[in-house]
Amino acid sequence: MSPIPPPGQLDPLPPASDAAAAAPTPAYEGLRLHVPEPTGRPGCHTDFSYLHLSPAGAVRKPELDVAAVDTADLAYSLIRVLDEDGVARGPWAPELGPEQLLHGLRTMLKTRVFDSRMLIAQRQKKLSFYMQSLGEEAIGSAHAMALRDGDMCFPTYRQQSLLLGRDDVPMVELICQLLSNERDPLKGRQLPVMYSIKKAGFFTISGNLATQFIQAVGWGMASAIKGDTKIASGWIGDGATAESDFHTALTFAHVYRAPVILNVVNNQWAISTFQAIAGGEGTTFAARGSGCGIASLRVDGNDFLAVYAVSQWAAERARRNLGPTLIEWVTYRAGPHSTSDDPSKYRPADEWQRFPLGDPIARLKRHLVDRGLWSEAQHEALQKELEAEVIAAQKEAERFGTLADGHIPSIESMFTDVYKDMPAHLKDQLAQARHYGGRP
Amino acid sequence: MEAQLALAGEASEASPARLPMTMIQALRSAMDVMLERDPDVVIFGQDVGYFGGVFRCTDGLQAKYGKQRVFDAPISEGGIVGVAVGMGAYGLRPVAEIQFADYFYPASDQIVSEAARLRYRSAGDFTAPLTIRMPCGGGIYGGQTHSQSPEALFTHVCGLRTVMPSNPYDAKGLLIAAIECDDPVIFLEPKRLYNGPFDGHHDRPSTPWSAHPLGLVPQGHYSLPLDQAAVFRPGADITVLTYGTMVWVAEAAARETGIDAEIIDLRCIWPLDLDTIIASVKKTGRCVVLHEATRTSGFGAELVALVQEHCFYHLEVPVERVSGWDTPYPHAQEWDYFPGPARVAAALQRAMEK
Repeated sequence: MSPIPPPGQLDPLPPASDAAAAAPTPAYEGLRLHVPEPTGRPGCHTDFSYLHLSPAGAVRKPELDVAAVDTADLAYSLIRVLDEDGVARGPWAPELGPEQLLHGLRTMLKTRVFDSRMLIAQRQKKLSFYMQSLGEEAIGSAHAMALRDGDMCFPTYRQQSLLLGRDDVPMVELICQLLSNERDPLKGRQLPVMYSIKKAGFFTISGNLATQFIQAVGWGMASAIKGDTKIASGWIGDGATAESDFHTALTFAHVYRAPVILNVVNNQWAISTFQAIAGGEGTTFAARGSGCGIASLRVDGNDFLAVYAVSQWAAERARRNLGPTLIEWVTYRAGPHSTSDDPSKYRPADEWQRFPLGDPIARLKRHLVDRGLWSEAQHEALQKELEAEVIAAQKEAERFGTLADGHIPSIESMFTDVYKDMPAHLKDQLAQARHYGGRP
Repeated sequence: MEAQLALAGEASEASPARLPMTMIQALRSAMDVMLERDPDVVIFGQDVGYFGGVFRCTDGLQAKYGKQRVFDAPISEGGIVGVAVGMGAYGLRPVAEIQFADYFYPASDQIVSEAARLRYRSAGDFTAPLTIRMPCGGGIYGGQTHSQSPEALFTHVCGLRTVMPSNPYDAKGLLIAAIECDDPVIFLEPKRLYNGPFDGHHDRPSTPWSAHPLGLVPQGHYSLPLDQAAVFRPGADITVLTYGTMVWVAEAAARETGIDAEIIDLRCIWPLDLDTIIASVKKTGRCVVLHEATRTSGFGAELVALVQEHCFYHLEVPVERVSGWDTPYPHAQEWDYFPGPARVAAALQRAMEK
């Protein structure tokens, strides 16, 4: 195990001495640039000891008003509730009723079924592009349950699980966006998966990484300025923490004590780039938060119970005006980055099977089965039910067209919403486009 | 001038008495009016709060409205614009300040990829009703990073409105309109005009705004449309298309050459008032485009193209551009760089002689 030095135990600088100053200049070896590498490449196994795990139940739960500086140790350990045997342990075990637990399991499974069906649709050329969240379903599913109506998430393109547990987001609407068809709520303007659903507290997704992280802070500041009780939840991946907006978000959240949860989903990979190249080697992403004066926690992202408990803690802290929280969710990107990606070119094919934090669905399922709240038969039946639900929604959505069959939004909808009112030059261009365009 | 004042009079019929104001005071008054009228207006930026801004544009506003409405920000242009976008999505009407236009670059991603496209990409679900104020322009020995005119970098971005006033009256009316506008507005303030008009004669004593009728500004609320140019000086011989400090340089050049130039102050650089431009060029048959910004791919190129497209058969001579040179803005060579009245006069004369 490569240890992460806890705060205060870093090697001290050698003392300056007169003797050293007087000594002859030593012969130095030539300097070398350090370029981090993952231990596992195609054809060999990854050594996951770099993850620096803690046993389930071992990490303390601080008071809500904990000072950021007193969370420094938490940023270097790992909050976990479910142990190897599926038993909930320790101070973070949440008080969730069977109904909520089963809702969580259902959301995770629905997300996975939805993803796999949309992947097929992309392969069938019904949609141009897709991004799965395979293996990361617990994070959004549990986090959404800790938020309230009116709170606003600023997601990346891999938080579909924030949406799929909600009753007020019809699956058909999501698929219409993926198909860019006549019912696409975004009028065909956006790449698939870049949803925008304000009523569900789901901010418009941007292709530009990290931009939403600082916007989440601004939204939270606005809520505080207005004396509201709503909070914001910002999302970013491990790779995108290297973008400057990550740092500005931490600074502004700290300076103004913004009511915001800053979520870093560390799935170990940014396309082909291992998280060490993003700055994860020998440290944690949670540690960035405590370095900026933000209470910071590092959590097992594949542990539904831990995700819920920590999200709930951070939301409560924000809502009580106690300030922001940064959470690093440690998980693994089990699928390809996108439908345009082939991970077998840069990482071991069986890596997910060896990832020490396992599969979030399997882990919660085991916990529920062991408690007598769930069974294999029920799980199988739910899987079938969800598959039928997604297939039915897909059929319904395809009735309104697909990108492939040309039933796309109108030419006019290409020109509206650039400004609130269409300026003269766009009216002129719309007329020209209509003159040459096929569909009115 | 008369046309400009007539327009000013129309817009301010309901307003109380006018007071002499500098552009700084006029901008401050606009923000004061909007803070008072709309509880969703918030103002922030570097040194904007307690200190009142390095140019005094927000002086006294924090004391009057409190730190929840007017506050200091970390030195992070990307952060300042990023939180403004988030606040706009919540429903506030943020007025963010970038201390110098030369320093907007770190916020480019938030301006171009986010603020400008929020409404479009969310199909109106989320909007960015924000105003980003940036002091711009040269003529003050500001060197490379206190003199730039980056308007062409904004006019190229679909979804943005780019505005630049040339006098206190317009500054207040346009800034109020920008804050009230539901589209993101880049509000460029020529710092050379903050304290008085400047015609490019740097060797002569400067005049204060109090000596000029456009320095008389209504105290209360009024706004100017964000898509209308002003005929700053009516004329019959040649059309001059310009904005900001160059409006005053153009006026000096017209006066000194005796050429009856029609000077159009675009005020709203993009989207712009094409009808006023076309009507003027069709009338005069000649056109010169002026700006401080560098020449190649500057906004002048768009103006020349528009005039060529719409007024080709009315043009007597080729359209000329007078601009900054294609170099970074120098320090010592300020007056060799700045397109002053001599260069403008020469262009007007060339156009008239052909």
